[in-house]
Amino acid sequence: MDITSMTAVGLGKKIKAGELTAVEAVKGCLAQIDKVEKDVHSFVTIDREEALRRAEEVQKQIDEGILNSPLAGVPVAVKDNLCTDRMRTTCSSKILENFSPSYTAEAVRNLEKAGAVVIGKTNMDEFAMGSTTETSYFGVTRNPWNLNHVPGGSSGGSCAAVAAGESPFALGSDTGGSIRQPSSFCGVVGLKPTYGTVSRYGLIAYGSSLDQIGPIAKDVTDCAAILEAIAAHDPKDSTSIDRNAYQNAGTAGGEGQPAFGYDFMSALVNDVSGMRIGIPKDYFGDGLDAEVREKILAAVRILEECGAVAEEFDLSLVQYAIPAYYVIASAEASSNLSRFDGVKYGYRTQEDEGLHNMYKKTRSEGFGPEVKRRIMLGSFVLSSGYYEAYYLKALKTKALIKEAFDQAFARYDVIIAPAAPTTAPELGKSLSDPLKMYLGDIYTVSVNLAGLPGISIPVGKDRKGLPVGMQIIGNCFEENKIIRAAYTLEQKGGRIS
Amino acid sequence: MTKQYETVIGLEVHVELATKTKIFCSCSTEFGGEPNTHTCPVCTGMPGSLPVLNKKVVEYAIAIGLATNCDITRVCRFDRKNYFYPDNPQNYQISQLYLPIAANGHVEIEVGDKKKKIRIHEMHMEEDAGKLIHDEWDDTSLVDYNRSGVPLVEIVSEPDMRSADEVIAYLEKLRMIIQYLGASDCKLQEGSMRADVNLSVREAGTEKFGTRTEMKNLNSFKAIARAIQGERERQIELLEEGKAVIQETRRWDDNKEYSYAMRSKEDAKDYRYFPEPDLVPIVISDEWIGQIQKKQPELRTEKLKRYQKEFDIPQYDAQIITGSRHMAEIFEEASAICGKPKKVRQRWLLEASPRRCPTG
Repeated sequence: MDITSMTAVGLGKKIKAGELTAVEAVKGCLAQIDKVEKDVHSFVTIDREEALRRAEEVQKQIDEGILNSPLAGVPVAVKDNLCTDRMRTTCSSKILENFSPSYTAEAVRNLEKAGAVVIGKTNMDEFAMGSTTETSYFGVTRNPWNLNHVPGGSSGGSCAAVAAGESPFALGSDTGGSIRQPSSFCGVVGLKPTYGTVSRYGLIAYGSSLDQIGPIAKDVTDCAAILEAIAAHDPKDSTSIDRNAYQNAGTAGGEGQPAFGYDFMSALVNDVSGMRIGIPKDYFGDGLDAEVREKILAAVRILEECGAVAEEFDLSLVQYAIPAYYVIASAEASSNLSRFDGVKYGYRTQEDEGLHNMYKKTRSEGFGPEVKRRIMLGSFVLSSGYYEAYYLKALKTKALIKEAFDQAFARYDVIIAPAAPTTAPELGKSLSDPLKMYLGDIYTVSVNLAGLPGISIPVGKDRKGLPVGMQIIGNCFEENKIIRAAYTLEQKGGRIS
Repeated sequence: MTKQYETVIGLEVHVELATKTKIFCSCSTEFGGEPNTHTCPVCTGMPGSLPVLNKKVVEYAIAIGLATNCDITRVCRFDRKNYFYPDNPQNYQISQLYLPIAANGHVEIEVGDKKKKIRIHEMHMEEDAGKLIHDEWDDTSLVDYNRSGVPLVEIVSEPDMRSADEVIAYLEKLRMIIQYLGASDCKLQEGSMRADVNLSVREAGTEKFGTRTEMKNLNSFKAIARAIQGERERQIELLEEGKAVIQETRRWDDNKEYSYAMRSKEDAKDYRYFPEPDLVPIVISDEWIGQIQKKQPELRTEKLKRYQKEFDIPQYDAQIITGSRHMAEIFEEASAICGKPKKVRQRWLLEASPRRCPTG
């Protein structure tokens, strides 16, 4: 049985039906990894023995009827910034090359509780800083659709692993588009949940107020099932929100309304009649590749044919999102990454004479150029005399962007936008001009600044044969609306292959 | 004629709170213990770990704020103070700068028979650091994170004190209030209460403050008194010689009775404070304050007044009996059982009980 084209939920069904075992599923993935990994290089670490051992254990529990979640026995690839106690966790950085955490991230634990089997840790931009997976200390990941192109980033390894059939699904993290943009480049479906929906406990932080873990999969159904498995209120993460305590005011308001909750599978409904779609004009102007624009507008027309009502509107402040994002994310990163100092764990320089010399040498040798650039940028905007001018101004901008979205969602159920200005660029073409690379995040960063959920789904291919992704953005906690829109479109358009 | 100088002193007092667990994780705060046994991923700054605020810390801080007549900040927040040092596992300390939990308070002190108000500028919550152990023989340093994450409040006074006597009276007053609240045992020697002294001198009668220095490493009231005297003389000497006092942090060496410069303002660190994104703002409701207010015990000042009136005992005796909440409680219970205390019972309490009931 060829498992490389199966979805996670499809594979789970076959395992449940006894047509396939969890061990065979893992073996199928490992065989595909053997075939394509030397070209694609999605993984930093693959643990075959542990995956097979775990698969056997899970299969036993399935046989005994203890495990019956849709993901029981299904292999998963995990981005290497999520702590795993049985596997090293590197953030694709030299400074954590041999770091073995003492605990497993909450989101991964939730997946394991549902019976998913971790087969390895995926490559990423170093500390999730980058848009191409080229800043990894362990070498680049290539786009399975065309090996001369990047997979996007920073969750490039996770998206490539799914696109290449090495793993039925994967976990990624999204701080400024790191799930949605590589999903778009690799022709897979990636969802960034509302901030606070998935626990960040065990996610090695980049920008704490923006980071969110989410699923990367072959279709919308998988994304909903995976999100259902990983999302939960976690008292260990103070920014985790109990969605059961939040009521769905949008439907009529106030007391007695159902809570947003954690049921995402029920949103898999092939119907968008009456759904109001906002198309931000500013997102479709200069800078957007003509083919990308055309594919997305064609997808919008399909949704209209299904009964949705689409309308252009002005989403203000678009030009301020990138600077605000880079100020906030870098500021938080400069502080979050200060713990990597050679004292407690990770890399330490050979020349460790004197404390401050040891700090300097360890960090100079341990971090790559993009990480250093953002630490310097972040330290600068927080330093005395610049805090008000940069950091506080960026926070004010963030609040205004949230307000602009609030106004938009008063009129629309979902907003449709590109996930990236172009399809995947060629390898080696992005890092030389960081400012241009940062501008590539224009359509994704606002969603993080406003804490909103967003999904990227494939809507076709360009002339070069590279996937085009489209982003559907929802109001806070309204994952179910974007899942419904994406599912309907997927039913009409089918998966690209 | 020689000039007359006035000493101007403000204090920063750190108090370790008596919670059972640390401020951001559930590790024990118990003193002692083998190195790095009261630790977890959170208080050792492991990648991916996140802080969760101990509610009891906020309650103690509110109680201290109320007892020192502070305004309680209704929406307060934590900030990160960034600096590199191995005793600080994340290389930032979670503290409060922009919205501290309490501000604009005061306590009343008595020196001789003069009463004086000492204003409190602000009070904030923060985490303690670990402890470095230097092995001179091996030429290595080791770090013990058992203290890392132990909750502290820092109480910052206005520069309202003018003498060592006033400083000691202020510290005694704070200690008594906090001990009565049960929020800390406030032992200077063990470091559960620590005071940094900000001191400047100015010519008597002038309005403008002189340049101040900050003195650290003061482990007893005696050391504080000596340090104040020493620093006052050092600064006056400089001014008499026509030299300037440099704004700097100095470390008091109580054996040599002299302070040494640690760092000057020129190379003062830029801590790059910013709001802690891993914690949400703390909203303090009227109800919560009301509940804490209701549980506030009668403090020493009120007890003193009441004892003199109700039991008709001399002020000196009342001061000794109220010297600890524990002893005051024994006295009150004994009085409840036996009626108004006779001289003999009072004497027994004064003489026998300090030996029998260590005041903690």
